[in-house]
Amino acid sequence: MATGTAGATFPFELVSPERLLVSGEARSVVVPGSEGEFEVLKDHAPFLAMLRPGILRVIGAAGDEQRIFVRSGFADVNGVGLTVLAEEAVPVEQLKGDQIVQSIRTAEEELAAIKDPAQRSEAERMLASLREVQATLKLG
Amino acid sequence: MPSLKDLRNRIASVKATQKITKAMQMVAAAKLRRAQEAALAARPYAERMQAMLAGLASGMEGAAGAPTLLAGNGRDDTHLLVVCTAERGLCGSFNSSIARLAREHANRLIAQGKTVKILCVGRKGADALKRDLGPRIIRTIEMRGVRNIGFAQADMVGKQLLELHAAGEFDVATLFYAQFKSVIQQIPTAQRLIPADVSGAPERTSGGAIYEYEPEEEDILAELLPRNISVQVFRALLENAASEQGARMSAMDSATRNAGEMIGKLTITYNRSRQAQITKELIEIISGAEAL
Repeated sequence: MATGTAGATFPFELVSPERLLVSGEARSVVVPGSEGEFEVLKDHAPFLAMLRPGILRVIGAAGDEQRIFVRSGFADVNGVGLTVLAEEAVPVEQLKGDQIVQSIRTAEEELAAIKDPAQRSEAERMLASLREVQATLKLG
Repeated sequence: MPSLKDLRNRIASVKATQKITKAMQMVAAAKLRRAQEAALAARPYAERMQAMLAGLASGMEGAAGAPTLLAGNGRDDTHLLVVCTAERGLCGSFNSSIARLAREHANRLIAQGKTVKILCVGRKGADALKRDLGPRIIRTIEMRGVRNIGFAQADMVGKQLLELHAAGEFDVATLFYAQFKSVIQQIPTAQRLIPADVSGAPERTSGGAIYEYEPEEEDILAELLPRNISVQVFRALLENAASEQGARMSAMDSATRNAGEMIGKLTITYNRSRQAQITKELIEIISGAEAL
């Protein structure tokens, strides 16, 4: 983890279609990108990534940590700050175990329905990420 | 001069109407709150997504091979107007003001010699446009039986738009809906959907720094652009739902008030004519007695 600009904050927003979840300053945000996790600090280079299902970790201006489950979407690092558009976003504390189980079941059904190999690997990755989230949360 | 019985009937019927409008107003008020919350909560997502696209598009300006959903297909001949209205009437000028905006837009385009196609979401818009522009309506999507607008409905409309776009049915799509300002103010709005409306792109302080993409830019855009269409439609439908309830509430409020006024007037007329009749009968009795 880079700590070069620790303490410096940047504007961070997390929105889902239903509502605006977070809007404020953050020191660091760890985003589950489709190609791997990445951390955003102040003055990150412009970057656009897709998300995979996972846990998004926010270190707020006061050093408080917030963990939010996101299910696919986009992260946009522009010159100003970071905006995460999540298809679904639920703070981990409010997340119920059966919600994940439900998502996994839906993903499994989708996987079973897909025949095209390219799309299949996509759906498999999605399912794997969901299982990973389930495992992490069970431990934590 | 209507008879006393006629007046009594009129008063009873206006009272019954007033009860209905009052009930409708209360139902609309209850639904409004939910719809309003949903509409306001959906705004940030749609706006951020638009801003993100605007940023992307400004970086791709003039680039060859930009996706047609973002940059258009270079033509401007066939326009598709997506007119979102309510399924039900009795909501003041809500439906007609959206239809009017769409009709003006269509007429302007026709005058410029463009081809105009119309896709109606909601039955009332189709009804309002049928007379002038009937043959141009290519499809009507009814939302009857949909109680709460979910993303699924918007996605369904979005998919149909993408299908039409892929089939080359239109070059430019514009979305018409009423933006919810307040209970008494709903603003009919036209929003360009395809190619994406990228005006008002935020100034990037990075000053044209090159964006990095993960995965490839094309993959992201292929995912983002269709989704944006659905998101913008979703937002329009939610704004519309809130506007419709707001418009209905104020329309029913004034209808209830009008009914109250009418009942007052009718009651006065009723009492006057009853008094006049009593007086007339008394005079008849007295003059009869005097004659003896």
